[in-house]
Amino acid sequence: MFRRLPDAKRDTVSLTVDGNALTARAGDSVAAALLAAGVLVCRTSAVSETPRAPYCLMGVCFECLLAIDGRQNRQACLVQVADGMRIETQAGKREVGR
Amino acid sequence: MSDLAGLKASYELAVVGAGPAGLAAATLAAELGIDTLLIDEQDGPGGQIYRAIARSPLGEPAILGADYWQGATLLAPFRASGAAYLPGAAVWSVSRALEIGVSAGGTARLIQAKHVILATGALERPFPIPGWTLPGVMTAGAAQILLKSSGLVAEGEIVLAGSGPLLWLVAAQYLRAGARIAALLDTTPRANRSAALRHFPAFLVSSYFAKGIALMRAVKRRVRVVRNVTALAGEGQSRLETVVYREEDGRERHLPANLLLLHQGVTPNLNLANATGCAQAWDERQLCFKPVVDGWGASSIDGVSIAGDGAGIAGAAAAEARGRLAALAAAAKLGRIASAERDRRAAAHRAALARAERGRAFLDTLYRPAKAFRVPQGDVVACRCEEVSAREIVAAVALGCSGPNQMKSFLRCGMGPCQGRLCGLTVSELIADARGLSPAAVGYYRLRPPVKPITLAELAGLPKSSEAVKAVERS
Amino acid sequence: MAPAQVPDCDIAVVGGGLLGSALAWGLQRLGQKVAVLDEGDVAYRASRGNFALVWVQSKGLGLPEYAAWSKRSSDGWRHFADLLKAQTGRDVAFQRPGGFHLCLSERELEARAALLKRLHNQPNMVRYPYEILARAELERLLPGIGPEVAGASYCPLDGHCNSLRLLLALHAGMQDLGARYFPDRLVERIEPRQGGFRLVSKAGELQAGKVVLAAGNGNARLAPMVGLKAPVRPQRGQIIVTEKVRPFLAYPIATLRQTDEGGLLIGDSVEEAGFDDTVGHGVISTLAARAVRSFPALAGLNVVRSWAALRVMTADGFPIYEQSASFPGAFIATCHSGVTLAANHALVLAPMLAAGELAAELDVFSARRFDVSTAA
Repeated sequence: MFRRLPDAKRDTVSLTVDGNALTARAGDSVAAALLAAGVLVCRTSAVSETPRAPYCLMGVCFECLLAIDGRQNRQACLVQVADGMRIETQAGKREVGR
Repeated sequence: MSDLAGLKASYELAVVGAGPAGLAAATLAAELGIDTLLIDEQDGPGGQIYRAIARSPLGEPAILGADYWQGATLLAPFRASGAAYLPGAAVWSVSRALEIGVSAGGTARLIQAKHVILATGALERPFPIPGWTLPGVMTAGAAQILLKSSGLVAEGEIVLAGSGPLLWLVAAQYLRAGARIAALLDTTPRANRSAALRHFPAFLVSSYFAKGIALMRAVKRRVRVVRNVTALAGEGQSRLETVVYREEDGRERHLPANLLLLHQGVTPNLNLANATGCAQAWDERQLCFKPVVDGWGASSIDGVSIAGDGAGIAGAAAAEARGRLAALAAAAKLGRIASAERDRRAAAHRAALARAERGRAFLDTLYRPAKAFRVPQGDVVACRCEEVSAREIVAAVALGCSGPNQMKSFLRCGMGPCQGRLCGLTVSELIADARGLSPAAVGYYRLRPPVKPITLAELAGLPKSSEAVKAVERS
Repeated sequence: MAPAQVPDCDIAVVGGGLLGSALAWGLQRLGQKVAVLDEGDVAYRASRGNFALVWVQSKGLGLPEYAAWSKRSSDGWRHFADLLKAQTGRDVAFQRPGGFHLCLSERELEARAALLKRLHNQPNMVRYPYEILARAELERLLPGIGPEVAGASYCPLDGHCNSLRLLLALHAGMQDLGARYFPDRLVERIEPRQGGFRLVSKAGELQAGKVVLAAGNGNARLAPMVGLKAPVRPQRGQIIVTEKVRPFLAYPIATLRQTDEGGLLIGDSVEEAGFDDTVGHGVISTLAARAVRSFPALAGLNVVRSWAALRVMTADGFPIYEQSASFPGAFIATCHSGVTLAANHALVLAPMLAAGELAAELDVFSARRFDVSTAA
């Protein structure tokens, strides 16, 4: 649902999302990288477990919560992609220790 | 990502936020020889309006327009000023003693300042319509961030909806980027047009006029625009599939859509000012709460000034001017310049501020969002984090719950991680509407630190006085 | 005295917090016509600053009757919660699995054991079970306990509830039964009249047959107006709250519990700070540090809010329940543990107020105890 403008030049970065390989661009936020790859739903909500996706992309809505490198509830729009990053979507409430 | 290790324990001036107000304030203060630290959450300067301006991924500058690139002129003077710069760091607290809680890379630190300028900018007004929590519904600003920071543009069935200059700007930027927009649903109330007329002369001579007209014309040529939209909803199973809207004639219409971009203006991002204890007041024209500041940006807390959209929505040029005025006032307060010098230097910035504010009354009046989109009904989610509906809030008012802080206790609205950024205005207006009062009488959430999440480990690692420890370890 | 006027209500309750609303609900259930007068949205509201514990262990050192009063309320809490649920449909998530007080060193553990021994050795002390547990047993009951935890005291009578839902249930319940609630009605004056009391606020007046002061720290100002004394002072307590997590902690701990909504509450602190309810970095840092020492796995959790509340403290920490001798029909009720004592307030104290007389067993809680002169 999002395409990259042809003249946007950046190095590529390799990461995984729920175990699947994904190529992103250096400088992308994790949220942008997922949207660029067509991954919209990042979690189900803590209260009612309904699907949620990024809304504001500027760090104020707290909808884009994901697990990054084993730590849950991170705001994907505020974290830049890095090579080898492991991203996992979340279901419901966070687990202690994850 | 940033390294806190290089920070000093104290600075004379701390500026929070690297948008136009923060950059201008930090630059001027540092040029006057004040030991200044600029802290910002993003990895590069520019705030939201000039997002990614230092390292734009776009090969084609014309897509974003000249106003965006204007922001680049702030960068070189800032870098040359000698101010310290801490990007990628969240400010989660400012105490009345001007101790600043900062967090970066999983570590928290406290930094002491003699004066603080909050330049936390604005965020988009909540847009609580049925289905606004569905995946595929975003703000217009979010689409703009994807474009600016990552060179990404949406494809598929894109619908823009709402009111205000940013909506038209994003539409224009999208068209320049080669996107196809299915429709722009304009929710600007018809009655606003006549109300705005008396402010039109000032608008005519402002910089907004020519730019605004050209922008809207360019969009209307290529996008189906529906005016006087009175109701909106997003529908879909587990993501957005259809946008439903109603026009003045009352007829309901359906548009297949996989992306709905909402926008109905911006409001001050006031969580940090609120948690610091700065007094706020309701602005009836702009329909939002904003900090109470004097002509120099001084808040009700001694040593804390507020500049830019975070003090009241007035746009980027006004933000620069107010940043500079706040810096001059701080310089005088810190004894670096005499007040006569401060006043002399301020004249040019006051003139710039007046010029920048010309035409705002027209925009504020024309684009004043309709009540239907500020005060939701029934099952529409008012608080997204805790999933509290409008219906529940109105029922609590009937029980005698008279304000947002009691409401928070009863229903948990405002207790989630966003701390009211996406529900505060809605909840205050819902209560006001149910009670037949102005939101001024009802008030707003009372916030506390941390205004940005920090971990228990980060918090645990801060220095503790013996009194603080004794208050806890009493056995 | 001014001539009698037809009362607007049988009893006016000043204060709509946990104490006032529990009394109001209990009174209205008994058929009393109740009016509750409450402050507005921005008020000190000790009820917002509780930890939601229904707690018995370690209470009553210096006044064993308070231990009995607390135990009685804990024993009656299930019935109270069931009545509320039956009437309002609202479940306040009361659970009584027993509770722990963790000790983070051998010294703390010894001090705790000694304290409880002194408590239970008091003459007239009510008997109930409790244990001092060594670390090995704790590991079984509280998985994930940190290496610094030396042990804990445990009492099967301890529990917790959702106190915010409790307050809402009491408010909804009392109004459903016919009690009238008046917010934004700070009581400026109470004037005793023939046959009752006149309560004056900026927004209007109310005539009541009886009045009970349940205004927390506000009682200090109001009590003398009806011939009572309320030597209460504010005591600041700070709490931090984490994001919601999956069920992690099955038992309440005195300074750490998981709500039924999922968030972890971490306390507690005590400061004499007057009416300053701002949060302090040093205190919340200390709270966080102890929580992480107690359960290291919590280290990565995000704190999403904190608060500082002004709780109500009498000179000796024990409640005040009293009827005015000079103006019969005026009562005062003040306590520190509004959640624990909610069952008593609703089901034991309310009937006494309705009958117009406090039982002799509550004499020990009258403020006259503060009049006892110290040795000359």
